[in-house]
Amino acid sequence: MVNETTIWNYLEEVPDPEVPVLSVIDLGIVRAVKVISEKEVEVTITPTYSGCPAMNYIEKNIRELLTEKGFEKITFHTVLSPAWTTDWMSEAGKEKLLAYGIAPPVNEVDKLILFGDAPVVRCPQCGSENTKMLSQFGSTACKALYQCNDCLEPFDYFKCLR
Amino acid sequence: MDLIGQATSLLEYAAQVEDKGRSADDLAFLRFENQYFNTQLVEQKNGDFAVTIVRQWIFDTFRLPFYEALQHSADKQLAAIAEKSLKETKYHWKHSSEWIIRMGDGTEESNKRVTDALNLLWKFSDELFYMDDVDKELISQGVAIDLETLRPAFNERIQYVLQQATLQLPDSKWKLNGGRLGRHTEHFGHLLAEMQYMQRAYPNMEW
Repeated sequence: MVNETTIWNYLEEVPDPEVPVLSVIDLGIVRAVKVISEKEVEVTITPTYSGCPAMNYIEKNIRELLTEKGFEKITFHTVLSPAWTTDWMSEAGKEKLLAYGIAPPVNEVDKLILFGDAPVVRCPQCGSENTKMLSQFGSTACKALYQCNDCLEPFDYFKCLR
Repeated sequence: MDLIGQATSLLEYAAQVEDKGRSADDLAFLRFENQYFNTQLVEQKNGDFAVTIVRQWIFDTFRLPFYEALQHSADKQLAAIAEKSLKETKYHWKHSSEWIIRMGDGTEESNKRVTDALNLLWKFSDELFYMDDVDKELISQGVAIDLETLRPAFNERIQYVLQQATLQLPDSKWKLNGGRLGRHTEHFGHLLAEMQYMQRAYPNMEW
């Protein structure tokens, strides 16, 4: 008999399209699952950012996987509140990010303070804390572009959102 | 991208509340010019970077207190959209404000450009606070926000950034409005023509 734990385990296989090393579970995008019957399931998801272009793909990928697993009716609910935060990213997810070369979110910098200090971000390549922010926006809007002053490698930092 | 996301959330909810079988896409792509009730500020065209940033900054500075207040709306879905959008608006405001300061307190050329942009756009800012009878009805139900109450927070942030940027508001008290009544400036028609082209040329297309 399929139960909710089975579904959560299945969804570990669905990667985030932008950061394929993370699953939708690692990111905290899936908020709830409900098994209605052997053939029917409800999935509640929340967007990371309002305009995240990956949301449609994520929904499509979840649908495909669950269809493959034998479900015939898959219903999605999208919730906006409570709003997604990087605090929901799993510890396993943060380690996977780091191994992939993206610095995981570290701490909150009050966004209403202009020209405040950028957070100290450790270089995912050499581990140095001597890094600098090059741009608030990196390869995607949820990441900032940093560079390591020691090994000189540029790298993405997954920004903290609270 | 965040702004498109916020607009999508609002239009999806509008379509649902209207309940006439129109989708968010129908509302975005199939209305005529006089059926849009956006403020004229947001339809002013890109081009000079200072103009783009000043327009964005005025709008960001308005959205901060607006979403802060709307989080407490009696309407649960509007409150949820506001909670989500506020997080994004904070870094939008930081981004545009820092550019205003860099340009204002930058070179002679950048100061001139941002001053010209302020002179061009400030007259559109008052319309952000426009309210009609529908707004007043919704305010009395605790759904919408009395926009007059947002003015102190708005003005304080505007003054704070301008001071850092060594800039001043234009002397002129001239105010423009009409967008909220469906009357738009020249740029809006061009903008809609481009935005609606695909739906007009290939009705009901999807991708």
